[in-house]
Amino acid sequence: MDNEKKRKERIDRGIKVRSSDVFALTSWREMLYLSAPRLLPVVGLLILSIVLSHYWQRVLLSVSVFALLAISWDILAQSGMVSLGQALFFGTGAYFAGNMNHYLGWPPSVTIPLATIFGGLLCTLFLVPVLRLRGIYFSMVTLVLPLMLVRIIEATRIFGGTEGLSGLSPLPNRWVELYLIIAVLLAALFGFRRLMNSDYGLVLKGINDNDRSVMNAGINIYWFKTQALFIASAIGAFAGAFMTHVYMFVGMPVFALDYSILPIAAAVVGGMGTLAGSMLGAFVLVPLSEILRPLGGLRIVFYGLFLVVFTVAVPEGIFHYIQRKYHQFERWVEVE
Amino acid sequence: MSPSPLLKVSGLYKNFGGVQAIHNLNFEIAEGELLGMIGPNGSGKTTAVNLITGFVKPTEGEIGYRGKNITGWPPYKIVRLGIARTFQMVKPFYQLPAYKNMIIPLYSPRVKKITGGKYGDRNAVALDLLEEVGFERDAFVAYKAASVLPQGYLKRLELAKAIALQPDLIILDELFSGLSLAEVASIVPIIEKLRQQGKTIIMIEHRLKELFRIADRVIALNYGQKIADGQAADVMDSQDVKNAYLGSE
Amino acid sequence: MLANTIIYGFVNSVILLLVALGFNLTFGISGVANFAYGALYIMGALLCWVFLNSIGLPYFIAVILAVALTAIAGALMYRFVLLRIRGLVLSEVIATFGIGLALLELFKYMGFIGFEYSLPVICDTSIEIGAVVIDLQRVFIVIIGVTMAGFIWFFTHHTRTGLRFRGIAQEERTALSLGINTDRVAMFSVSFGGAYAAIAAIFILPLGTINVEQGYSVLINALAVCIVGGLGSTGGLVLASFLIGYGQTFTVTYLESHWVMLVPLIAILVILVIRPSGLFGKHKELEERI
Repeated sequence: MDNEKKRKERIDRGIKVRSSDVFALTSWREMLYLSAPRLLPVVGLLILSIVLSHYWQRVLLSVSVFALLAISWDILAQSGMVSLGQALFFGTGAYFAGNMNHYLGWPPSVTIPLATIFGGLLCTLFLVPVLRLRGIYFSMVTLVLPLMLVRIIEATRIFGGTEGLSGLSPLPNRWVELYLIIAVLLAALFGFRRLMNSDYGLVLKGINDNDRSVMNAGINIYWFKTQALFIASAIGAFAGAFMTHVYMFVGMPVFALDYSILPIAAAVVGGMGTLAGSMLGAFVLVPLSEILRPLGGLRIVFYGLFLVVFTVAVPEGIFHYIQRKYHQFERWVEVE
Repeated sequence: MSPSPLLKVSGLYKNFGGVQAIHNLNFEIAEGELLGMIGPNGSGKTTAVNLITGFVKPTEGEIGYRGKNITGWPPYKIVRLGIARTFQMVKPFYQLPAYKNMIIPLYSPRVKKITGGKYGDRNAVALDLLEEVGFERDAFVAYKAASVLPQGYLKRLELAKAIALQPDLIILDELFSGLSLAEVASIVPIIEKLRQQGKTIIMIEHRLKELFRIADRVIALNYGQKIADGQAADVMDSQDVKNAYLGSE
Repeated sequence: MLANTIIYGFVNSVILLLVALGFNLTFGISGVANFAYGALYIMGALLCWVFLNSIGLPYFIAVILAVALTAIAGALMYRFVLLRIRGLVLSEVIATFGIGLALLELFKYMGFIGFEYSLPVICDTSIEIGAVVIDLQRVFIVIIGVTMAGFIWFFTHHTRTGLRFRGIAQEERTALSLGINTDRVAMFSVSFGGAYAAIAAIFILPLGTINVEQGYSVLINALAVCIVGGLGSTGGLVLASFLIGYGQTFTVTYLESHWVMLVPLIAILVILVIRPSGLFGKHKELEERI
């Protein structure tokens, strides 16, 4: 008998177990354990918004926008739809807002909400026919649509054509910009996390896992998928409309591949399936890409390679790893 | 057969490419009956159920439920009318605990319609329903992940999911397959209780002895056609059925 | 003018077909989604260019080497990346997408942009068909395209390996239990697709220059043709490429040339409305499976 064999065992930490029921309220330490992960993004963002330099505040804006797109991607992925074209949602929202502002003269406080809703509706309409088919069709169509829309705008010169629409109205001041996007990001993070953890979210995840079973339960899976699609595309459209008014410009670049790829990379790196992971991924990748900016086109090469490496080797993502370390510890035990 | 049947299948045909899975199938079932459906493998039993419940569209023919033509309806509409089914290959959501598996049926519009939206907390209802099908409450079996439950419990979970939809017609596709005699004996009372509640049941089975003890009527299928229809004993005596199962000389 | 349009329309359609064949082979028939297709297309052309110009090999050898290397690249991509994530559609899509992206941007970064990057035509003459003058290169493209399409049809219907391709697309477990080494077959399908991409690139790109952005256009066109024609069906592909090809040619001739890109988009939208699984698509809507 070989008594020297050991195996690794993962067990929940003591503090996790102690804070798992109502008695957590009796101890400050346990309440801190529970609330720290939730407070971290809120407090962190607030602090960052104040201490960062002007340049890095703009980067924070960009990070938040990509975080929203990544959250939107994650929601779709959890519902069984892999979007290769977040740029579609982003660009549609951007163009709605830009055109409403340019041709109708409406202010951002009107164009942004309207662009969110109508952008979401339009994108949903485009994609509803594909929902009945195998998932790969959805991916293919989301990939193709933004690329085509760019070429159409370039060729037909509508909506400003190659030069785009410039001189659009800005938001009141940069503090409004910053706090608006941070507020929306936090609301989206906590709100949709709640949604996905509720029974409604369970149905969506069930559709992803075993749609036949959900159909059998008398639920119209296509209607649910449509709803998830609308939510995700509205989030993306908001991001696009917001950026239109930050840059005071909308043009073909809003459909750029960057807006499609980075959210996916963020979700893969940060951890799919938990909206927080996608947001974390964005907070890692976007500053990284800023720092790598001097490398030019090589940047995208890195993204591509990053995507591949993470998908194959570290599929769970950073957030899941951190979560696991936070809740559990490992030790060697003897094999009985 | 009178009064008007609950479910009536007439002239049903289904081709999959070159294979004729269902060939001119006709049968009826009255309210409150327990109908057994038997036949050798490949005779079209599951396909018939798929056609009735809307997972597959028929090539030809009509399916009527309470007089309404439901041919070609999608599954979710058929469930809302009050028909529920179980699957032969049980595929729960493995990472979820058993009671969480019940949430999805309880979320369905059918349940909302029947109970007027005042059913109560879904988790509590799920636990109650599971207890009724034999998930021992004090052993907390319902909290175990579906991946660790043995087949007997998984089949019961499948049954509970169908019952949760509060159907009037339940179709059970080989519920007893893979179960020991003891497990079958423990599930039969649950089916009896469903009958007492006035539900109509169709059971596809290979375990003929157990089926014949509880079925009112039995129909036998072979090569997509109905070859016998009547009391259990009569069906078993029929030469066509014997040939179908055992082969003719 | 009409004769001109018909002939050039035909050529355009065959070009689309040639481009879509490789992608359809890999995905439609073997179930492996290869979003790096555009990158392999450009890679084939660039390899050929390097062999011709930097190394100075004769044309035929350069072509054969380029095609072979691209095929090997496809096989390697499968062996080291796709093999580990086989069956997880999400991961397959992301990984191939990432590879394609990395390759295309790498080519751009390495500076393969400019007019000197072009491939030579096979024969710099033109012939006359009726009243229409057409260059021989285009005629070659048509011949090659038709041959390749015919070859695929023959291959997948009448050869053992081809039938294996179709087997693993339909039901992998059964194929496994019949002794078909599904991983090897899948690897072949990816490398075959890559080879097709390289062949298409080598014969089509002489019409212009090698433009790395084309990598994305190629992917769009291939996807459009596959969506409209229906994955898995060579016949559908042919019909779709002719519909889109002629649509584009007529648009250029009789309307304005910048509406050209609208044609595939409208084709996709129309197909999604009337027949989402594609003209001859074998992947029926989800409801039909159980």
